[in-house]
Amino acid sequence: MQTITKEDIYTWLEDVKDPEIPVLSLVDLGVITNVTLDNNKVHIEMTPTFVGCPAMDMMKQDVSDMLRSKGIEDISINISFKEPWTSDKISEKGKQALKQFGLAPPPPGNLFSDIDILEHAACPRCNGTNTDLKNPFGPTLCRSIHYCNDCREAFEQFKPL
Amino acid sequence: MDNLALKELLYKIADDQLILGHRNSEWTGMGPLLEEDIAFSSMAQDKIGQSHALYSILHELGEQDPDTIAFTRNAEQFHNCILTELPNGEYDFSLMRHFFYDTAEIIRFDMLTVSSYKPLAELAVKVRAELRYHTLHANTWIKQLGNATEESIARLQRSLDHALPYALGIFEESPYEKQLIADGIFEGEVALMENWKNRVEEIIEQTQLHLPGWSTLNPVYGGRSGKHSEHLQPLLDEMSEVFKIDPGAEW
Repeated sequence: MQTITKEDIYTWLEDVKDPEIPVLSLVDLGVITNVTLDNNKVHIEMTPTFVGCPAMDMMKQDVSDMLRSKGIEDISINISFKEPWTSDKISEKGKQALKQFGLAPPPPGNLFSDIDILEHAACPRCNGTNTDLKNPFGPTLCRSIHYCNDCREAFEQFKPL
Repeated sequence: MDNLALKELLYKIADDQLILGHRNSEWTGMGPLLEEDIAFSSMAQDKIGQSHALYSILHELGEQDPDTIAFTRNAEQFHNCILTELPNGEYDFSLMRHFFYDTAEIIRFDMLTVSSYKPLAELAVKVRAELRYHTLHANTWIKQLGNATEESIARLQRSLDHALPYALGIFEESPYEKQLIADGIFEGEVALMENWKNRVEEIIEQTQLHLPGWSTLNPVYGGRSGKHSEHLQPLLDEMSEVFKIDPGAEW
């Protein structure tokens, strides 16, 4: 077997998607916090978006399955909070993917100090901010519900955290 | 570092989260409006997830695995404060409890971000960020309904008066208080309570609700040492009903 590199691993993990947002890779989501290689033994560090995220086990399994499909047998995956996830960890590419999927990408986390930042989220369809926050809690822990007064349609935002 | 003190701290926080998480989940499908149904369900998911993370730390310290800890203990083995186990009652009570408890909880996790016990400090950074949504939710509704109609104000005032002595029970001191402070693990319940009182006053002052004088209140203690109200055991029986049918089941 050819020697694999860290870059190979990251490239493969680009194909492992968030189970709830199939356009967003785990790498772009920012939940892969470290990859280390030691003689074809691969160690992955992951961190959940929200502590109670029920998709974490599935993501872990998907990462393991992907690496196995590439012929890697010695895999360890550790989930920790050493480098906690924040919405700022979503890559620019990831934010674009979210928007195309119809989910408003999160504004920078440091701006979220009060409800105001959530009150007028930019609509992913028209980019306008003539919108209202309907609920800071949405269909999953990481999404809030908004309404665009111009498009007259509801939309969801990936929550800043 | 003495693990007994640390474990006691972890158990009481985790048990609070699990029990209140379960109470919140009882609003699923029953909320007064769809948005509140979703909000309490989401907060339930957060809290139960956070309790799982704390039980996992306990597991690493030699305790049983999280499911065993959560589903096989009896009421007297739980360290949650009595406030969290009280039945949901009407929406006004659930909201007031949510406000009192989550205000304390976010301050507690804020204090724990500088804990000398690293795994807890790391988790606290994460939990604190998530809890901002909970306190945001509580503050928004307390301010809205605390200034709305005669009925909403009267209902919230009644719930405030009823819940407050129980809320003070959050801060029942542990036998290890001095040690936790000396070891830099946690600054202690007294410091937490002082911050909490200030934060509660700050929000209630923006409403037409009134806080009684703190010195006139008799805190309801007991939960931290396993002396619970009659409401906890039925909750535990219901929560663990499925688990107990087949404890070894693979999910």
